[in-house]
Amino acid sequence: MSPAAAAVRAGWTRGLIELRQSFTNGAELFAHFLWPGLTLAVAWWLRDVPFGDSGYPLGTLLLPSILGMNVANGMIAMSQQLTAEREDGTLLRAKAVPHGMLGYLTGKVVSVAGGTVADLAIFLIPGLLIVPGLVTGNLASWLTLAWVVALGLVATLPAGAVLGSMFGSARAQGLIMLPFLGLIAISGIFYPISSLPGWLQGVAQVFPLYWLGLGTRSALLPDSAAALEIGGSWRHLETAAALGVWAVAGLLLAPVVLRRMARRESGSNVAARRERALRRIG
Amino acid sequence: MNTAEEVVLDVEGLRMRYGTTDVLREVTFRARRGEVLALLGPNGAGKTTTIEILEGFRMRSAGRVSVLGADPAHATEDWRARIGVVLQSWRDHGKWRVREVLAHLGAFYAGYTTERVPRPWDADELIAAVGLTGHADKKIRMLSGGQRRRLDVAIGLVGRPELLFLDEPTAGLDPQARREFHELVRGLAGSRETTILLTTHDLDEAEKLAGRIVILDGGRIIADGTAEELARRITGEDEVRWTLDGQRFTRSTRDSTALVFDLFERHGRRIGELEVRRSSLEDTYLALVRQAEGAAR
Repeated sequence: MSPAAAAVRAGWTRGLIELRQSFTNGAELFAHFLWPGLTLAVAWWLRDVPFGDSGYPLGTLLLPSILGMNVANGMIAMSQQLTAEREDGTLLRAKAVPHGMLGYLTGKVVSVAGGTVADLAIFLIPGLLIVPGLVTGNLASWLTLAWVVALGLVATLPAGAVLGSMFGSARAQGLIMLPFLGLIAISGIFYPISSLPGWLQGVAQVFPLYWLGLGTRSALLPDSAAALEIGGSWRHLETAAALGVWAVAGLLLAPVVLRRMARRESGSNVAARRERALRRIG
Repeated sequence: MNTAEEVVLDVEGLRMRYGTTDVLREVTFRARRGEVLALLGPNGAGKTTTIEILEGFRMRSAGRVSVLGADPAHATEDWRARIGVVLQSWRDHGKWRVREVLAHLGAFYAGYTTERVPRPWDADELIAAVGLTGHADKKIRMLSGGQRRRLDVAIGLVGRPELLFLDEPTAGLDPQARREFHELVRGLAGSRETTILLTTHDLDEAEKLAGRIVILDGGRIIADGTAEELARRITGEDEVRWTLDGQRFTRSTRDSTALVFDLFERHGRRIGELEVRRSSLEDTYLALVRQAEGAAR
């Protein structure tokens, strides 16, 4: 076996081990169920509240939107883990073994993508049981959902890796949550985007979050619900194009940024960061 | 073929500059295959910077560096497979189990196996070799400092490297763990397969483990040789104490034998409680560092 192939294989195993760890320790297990649980409770609460005169309950509109938004959680997880593991020396360890970065990134993609898909299932399966009016009876719905989630992951994970490479500490990294929350507010997740001012709609359509929500709504809502969207259409072509541009840009940019970050890693950098972190605690 | 004479580490005129400060100046030394070399010096002498340059983790400002025949600044993944790295502080993989992480990191070396050297080192064998049997299924964050350090060494060894870098391997270990660690390194060195470069600020450790000691101070090499050579190079002052007619005397001298002979010749049996304390290598080391710092000022 060639060394690079061995590294990819080791990375695959690494991803599975990390996934198992994430679902077998109490704190992380709690996190896997807490957020889906809370959002499901909200969706259940709103299951009978009609949205305007659209004829759809708010809960029904909300569930697919939140599902789409949760795909982007992979991006946040990716950037958080990269920053944290740079701080604790995991990345440097990867750099010290042959083709270690290749294995490390393979592992990260497997564990983050796998974890995200598992989280989506944890949210969606009970959601289908408690929220009325979702279209789940035909194959087309599931195929649409599959390509939106898959393309969504390819569009967001490299972006997460780029973000994770840019922050020096886990604390600074926490700042990306602010713009992310802002983006959620304008991306038509909790309220249809068509009720926002035109310029905000324009901003939202630059980012993948809006397209993820649109894509998952198109999969799970009846076609008549498209009337609430921009242009009254699910815009599949545009969705694929927008997510595709993010995917290509991310896949081109991420290796360059990651290589630059990895090159800078050294033991004294890790030690210095650790000292700074300890000073903050102490 | 004379592999014992092969130079695996060749550093010449190494310089590291941050802004206008030189943290390394004209650092030059070599190590041959199978040798254990200690880079000894006080904190801040430039030991970690030197070792990180050799590991390929840090770019140098000037000088020539060859590690296993390649420049670490432009090293390939194949070169990386031939060296083992143990850094000063690791706290990664806390959720992983000991055997799990060794098997995982070992898998990266599977493509580098040869007929003479099977790679990677089997995880369980390696765990036994570093004395962690019984902790193989423990989570890494549950290990004590000494156990964690031994795991770090095991990870450094999992690819059966030709050259092993150990940066301050015993910092923070209790005396018992330190002694066990010394045994481990001596065992490795005994096989003469692995060349070892270790940094330490502990002279006693350098003397115990290394065949040759390079003393680094203020970014320069101030001495290079075996422990005996170093002791000979600067004869420290011995301390001689005695009593004469009930009165105590203490004197420092470079030639204690002559002083004692002289004492007996002059005072004969009136000399009592004679005590000669030879200058230790530690005194030599401190004298060297003091001298170098005096010269720099």
